[in-house]
Amino acid sequence: MKQEENILEVKDLRTSFFIEGEEVKAVDGVTFDVPKGQTLGIVGESGSGKSISALSILQLIGHPGKIVGGEINFKGENLLDFSEKQIRQIRGNKISMIFQEPMTSLNPTYTVGQQIREALKIHQGLGKQKGTDKAIELLELVGIPSPQKRVTQYPFELSGGMRQRVMIAMALACNPELLIADEPTTALDVTIQAQILELIKELQQEIGMSVIMITHDLGVVAETCDYVAVMYCGKVVEYADVRTLFKNPRHPYTVGLLNSLPRSDVDQEELIPIKGTVPPPHDMPEGCRFAPRCPFATDLCHNHLPELKDVGDGEQIRCWIYTDEWDGDPEVKVYEPERTSENK
Amino acid sequence: MTTFIIRRLLQLIPVLIGVTILVFSLMHLTPGNPAMILAGENAPDATVQAIEQRLGLNDPLPIQYFNFLADAIRLDFGVSMRDNLPVADHVMPRFWVTLELAIYSTIFSIFLGLIAGIVSAVRQYTISDISIMIVALFGLSMPNFWLGLMLIQYFSINLGWFDPTGWGSPNQLVLPIITLGTAGAAIIARMTRSSMLDVIQQDYIRTARAKGVRERYVVYKHALKNALIPVVTVIGLQFGALLAGTVLTETVFAINGMGRLLIDSIQARDFPVVQACVLIIAVIFVLVNLIVDISYRLLNKRIDLD
Ligand SMILES: Nc1ncnc2c1ncn2[C@@H]1O[C@H](COP(=O)(O)OP(=O)(O)O)[C@@H](O)[C@H]1O
Ligand SMILES: [Mg+2]
Repeated sequence: MKQEENILEVKDLRTSFFIEGEEVKAVDGVTFDVPKGQTLGIVGESGSGKSISALSILQLIGHPGKIVGGEINFKGENLLDFSEKQIRQIRGNKISMIFQEPMTSLNPTYTVGQQIREALKIHQGLGKQKGTDKAIELLELVGIPSPQKRVTQYPFELSGGMRQRVMIAMALACNPELLIADEPTTALDVTIQAQILELIKELQQEIGMSVIMITHDLGVVAETCDYVAVMYCGKVVEYADVRTLFKNPRHPYTVGLLNSLPRSDVDQEELIPIKGTVPPPHDMPEGCRFAPRCPFATDLCHNHLPELKDVGDGEQIRCWIYTDEWDGDPEVKVYEPERTSENK
Repeated sequence: MTTFIIRRLLQLIPVLIGVTILVFSLMHLTPGNPAMILAGENAPDATVQAIEQRLGLNDPLPIQYFNFLADAIRLDFGVSMRDNLPVADHVMPRFWVTLELAIYSTIFSIFLGLIAGIVSAVRQYTISDISIMIVALFGLSMPNFWLGLMLIQYFSINLGWFDPTGWGSPNQLVLPIITLGTAGAAIIARMTRSSMLDVIQQDYIRTARAKGVRERYVVYKHALKNALIPVVTVIGLQFGALLAGTVLTETVFAINGMGRLLIDSIQARDFPVVQACVLIIAVIFVLVNLIVDISYRLLNKRIDLD
């Protein structure tokens, strides 16, 4: 694989919440790259630290949360070294974000136009008239019918899908180089979901921006992403390009996610949910976080935390099975495509 | 919006009719013949009959009520029983004094309450927050006549900074305004604080920050406008409570306002003046509520009219 330029490189990011003297490690050493112009998917069960990772990139973590370590290199500069003022100039300008809850993410007391204009005013100094013209243009771009009318409406006058389009218009206002979409379709109807994903994909190609697509849905990943980081309990357990991940998943957690997902590209005999539940933050296993739920776990797994390691082809795995120290069955097959038969 | 205002104005009509019926009944629910009360206990029968005649007390009650209503609309409440001067001559000068006192106190409590509430919320759990909330608790728990007496004791008698009585010159205004406005300021401060703390957690605040909005504008533009919505209601209720509070404050500071006039007139059984005072207070209360409703709606476009 050829070496590509990365617009964002997150290294060993750690974000914790300090509650009553206890540290809850919501993001515990997350590492991933976003290649320029491409889409990185971050996937994992609810509570695995996807949103906190995303919010950490723009330093939107409020009290009692705190970024306690790591690097967030955006075009070669570590955002964590930036002043409050510098990071404000990045937010909504170079890096934008859209959120899971379109119903509550817009300010109910300002019109759609006012909210879109705000970013244009802050970052480009556009006045009211020019800002409104641009806002109408953006609403048109995100496929909102009769934008002239919509621009003076309040969020309560719009449906969830329309509000998410407004959020996207707002995020795109200053032509960001990176768009972070945190479960942008989770709260929407299935048909609207597909439309919004399609819209983001189209706009990405049009503008040439990079995207981080956060989701708990591997279907969304398959549809929209070029690369995938699989997260579990605040850590990345597998990072690969999307074809590799679906064809040859290596981490037992990734395999578990795939087996619990209905797929159209392979015949499945049955859907197999991952057994057990995500451990609560105050009761993290000492070794591999996934060991208690992993069918292959050995003593090594239960007692020692594996590192995220390069396994070639730009792929990274956090699992003892792919190391020299592995003490289990050397022939172990984590993913068995023969259990399902290929189907063109 | 216009239809909303028209509708709310129409809704005032039954309320006002209710109020006028109550005020009208004051005379008739009091034991004894109103004409007798008016004439005084030892008046000769002829006088009583003359009064009955003049006031139309022999007409059927509904007719009497409509006459009363027609007069009230023209602000004609008859003559005072104490000196036979028109009631309006008694009430109007007093009314302006009380209105001034109420408005200044409301402005004082809104101003102080909002600033204190915002500072408290923005600096949650710091020394400033805790001290503001403790002071607010005191302000809320103190009866206002007691606060008035303490202020007079300290600032008038001990320090001699302000006049202890009267109304008009600036150094007569300060203490009554503080006395009357403190409880309201405390309530507004507490409400603003909790409303701000609630709003600042909302998703749209995070959206504003993600756009690159400065923290100052996040607080004053995005959060405050939403946080004020419930506060406006409290301000309206406060104004009503304040009208009642003027009675005590006017008494403590010997201010010749409507509150004192009302008390004096009740003691003197000067019914026409009592009726006028009660009616004016009730109408103002209703109008303030209307203004609150309208501002609430201007602030919060989501409220369903029905
Ligand atoms: N405000 C908060 N206070 C305390 N802990 C939090 C807070 N927000 C998130 N966390 C912790 O961070 C973990 C990861 O949360 P999040 O990133 O939102 O997960 P998700 O992958 O579903 O987006 C949660 O399981 C929770 O323990
Ligand atoms: Mg999330």
